[in-house]
Amino acid sequence: MAIEKINMPQLGESVTEGTISTWLVKPGDKVEKYDPIAEVMTDKVNAEVPSSFTGTITELQAEEGDTISVGELICYIETTQGSDQSEAEDDIPEDKEKTETPPENKQKEEASGTKPRFSPAVVSLASKYDIDLKDVTGTGSGGRITRKDVEKFHSEGKGADVKEESKPSKVTAEPSPQKESAPSPSANTGDKEIPLSGVRKAIASNMVTSTTEIPHAWMMVEVDVTNLVKLREKHKESFKKEEGYSLTYFAFFVKAVAQALREYPELNSQWAGDKIIQKKDINLNIAVAKENELFVPVIKQADEKSVKGIARSISDLASKARQGKLTSEDMQGGTFTVNNTGSFGSVQSMGVINHPQSAILQVESIVKRPVYMDGMFGARDMVNLCLSLDHRVLDGLIAGNFLQKVKENLESLRLDDSIY
Amino acid sequence: MPVISYIQAVTQGLKEEMRRDNKVFVLGEDVGVRGGVFRATDGLYEEFGENRVLDTPLAESAIAGVGIGAAMYGMRPVAEMQFADFIMPAVNQIISEAAKVRYRSNNDWSVPMTIRAPYGGGVHGALYHSQSVEALFAGTPGLKIVMPSTPYDVKGLLKASIRSNDPVLFFEHKRAYRLIKGEVPEEDYTLPIGEADVKREGSDITVITYGLCVHFALQAAEKLEKDGIDVHILDLRTIYPLDKESVIQAAKKTGKVLLISEDNKEGGIISEVSAIISENCLFDLDSPIERLAGPDVPAMPYAPSMEKHFMMNPDKVEKAMRNLAEF
Repeated sequence: MAIEKINMPQLGESVTEGTISTWLVKPGDKVEKYDPIAEVMTDKVNAEVPSSFTGTITELQAEEGDTISVGELICYIETTQGSDQSEAEDDIPEDKEKTETPPENKQKEEASGTKPRFSPAVVSLASKYDIDLKDVTGTGSGGRITRKDVEKFHSEGKGADVKEESKPSKVTAEPSPQKESAPSPSANTGDKEIPLSGVRKAIASNMVTSTTEIPHAWMMVEVDVTNLVKLREKHKESFKKEEGYSLTYFAFFVKAVAQALREYPELNSQWAGDKIIQKKDINLNIAVAKENELFVPVIKQADEKSVKGIARSISDLASKARQGKLTSEDMQGGTFTVNNTGSFGSVQSMGVINHPQSAILQVESIVKRPVYMDGMFGARDMVNLCLSLDHRVLDGLIAGNFLQKVKENLESLRLDDSIY
Repeated sequence: MPVISYIQAVTQGLKEEMRRDNKVFVLGEDVGVRGGVFRATDGLYEEFGENRVLDTPLAESAIAGVGIGAAMYGMRPVAEMQFADFIMPAVNQIISEAAKVRYRSNNDWSVPMTIRAPYGGGVHGALYHSQSVEALFAGTPGLKIVMPSTPYDVKGLLKASIRSNDPVLFFEHKRAYRLIKGEVPEEDYTLPIGEADVKREGSDITVITYGLCVHFALQAAEKLEKDGIDVHILDLRTIYPLDKESVIQAAKKTGKVLLISEDNKEGGIISEVSAIISENCLFDLDSPIERLAGPDVPAMPYAPSMEKHFMMNPDKVEKAMRNLAEF
């Protein structure tokens, strides 16, 4: 009986790390040698990790979603056979390295003998500054005077008493004062600690980048979408029957935004430090939530698609997201984000810009409200569109014009407009 | 800026150049349908078709030779040697033909060809999948040899190599392929061939190296920083012809120079760097010029313990840096 380690195996010649997608065992499980214990994903292959031993799994050292370097520990196993081969593998070379000192070092230490010897740099600096090297204290190996010692001696004014000062300055590690200031949150008894999934970590780091790097500004317009609602009602049933997926309000909004971006490409751009890059393609990220994960897949060339085409893309991407089948191709190349916050009942929100894009538009809930128009009050379907913008790239005027254009695109919809 | 891996930067560079210029084409073993054994040419066959992404027989001499011929007729071939270890049958084509055509034809002909090859060890590849071959080609005027360390440098230098009107050997460290990630702009840019790059500013010791060893040096430098040792790191990027100006400047900055290479020690690139420094920097030197390199044995061994002994790593680098700082 012995506890053995199982390490992340090498899954290909250029593969240096793997992400544990699923554990196939849990502590206490008995496994045979070569039984699969985990599924591992790399950007080159998806593979199963076989157990190197027969025995009982005692402890998992990695969570699902963790990325582990090749050769790093992933779990412990208690073996049933005696441990013999495994220990021999890794320990020997370490000891060897310690015992053999490289021969070059000897030559340096000899230099500390009787007569001081000076490097060319020290001699030339001493003669340049007219310094007598007997006055300089050496901090190099064996008390050798280094180039830095001479420079320091000179900068402090020669003759100054440098003897005491010169030594310690090199090795002081400064204590970092920042660490103590903010107490980090800690869990009390009864509190539940939830480990971070890979996706959660990615969301966290993206949000921090966005909010620390981008100076956000906000703006909101109110849009009368009574006609849009009627138009969608008209096609809703037959569309679902014929096409097999739903015609959502969101598709109309995405279409209106894509059209407006064509006219205001300033919003379809990115901050690049010393310049602004205006993107040619209009690729719209849409936010898709799945339990406690958030994905922003991309509708490519959204301005070239009909409402139907967009509805189809949304339906495809959403179902892929729910089944965890989004590919990196689906996620890349976005130039602007549209977020359907209305689907959770929100009527107003401040979106965090999807870095490095320059703006994000939140489509809120459509609500019926009394509105004064044409000399009387009437019940109209109203919606708020909230825009967050990168104030380095955009100013209020252009953002306002853009929102007016989106509003116009939506309000000018007619009952007999085509969705194809 | 998107963060991508070293190998993705290779693919992105190839793809963008092929879209930009239809004279650019790719040839090599398994580069087409299979997308390359390391996936460097992934997706090129689908996008550009069989006429621009050529699967060749297992004949490196022919891969180089066909490339040279096409290049002389105005094409811009990018030839892939599946492993740098396999480049040997093509040496005659590269050194006797590609490097010399412009000189021999009195400027009438030239060979605007790039040869890409994955080199280096630390991947349990043993002797035929681990070699560093750069020293065999360095010292051949007419050739340029580029060995980038970061994804940003990979894309910029690969594009510059493809646009170069003379032959370039482009060596990619295969362990860096998926290990090293970094920010790479999506837009078009090139970096100048023949220019070294300061990867870290420092005042106590100078490290000059290239390829994967740049990262080992950066990691070690971070550890030494905590002990008050400030390391200056110069990444050669192009190892032939060398950027002499930058080498001299970096050496003079601290007067203590450590040269690092994964290749065997004797006769390596760093030996030439050492010669440049001793020719130009005598009165600025504060210590002997140190070389840290692989042992002079025929090949990277297969046994893991022996491979570890041969291969460069951050611990060896840190130890050498510390010794030099204390000198």
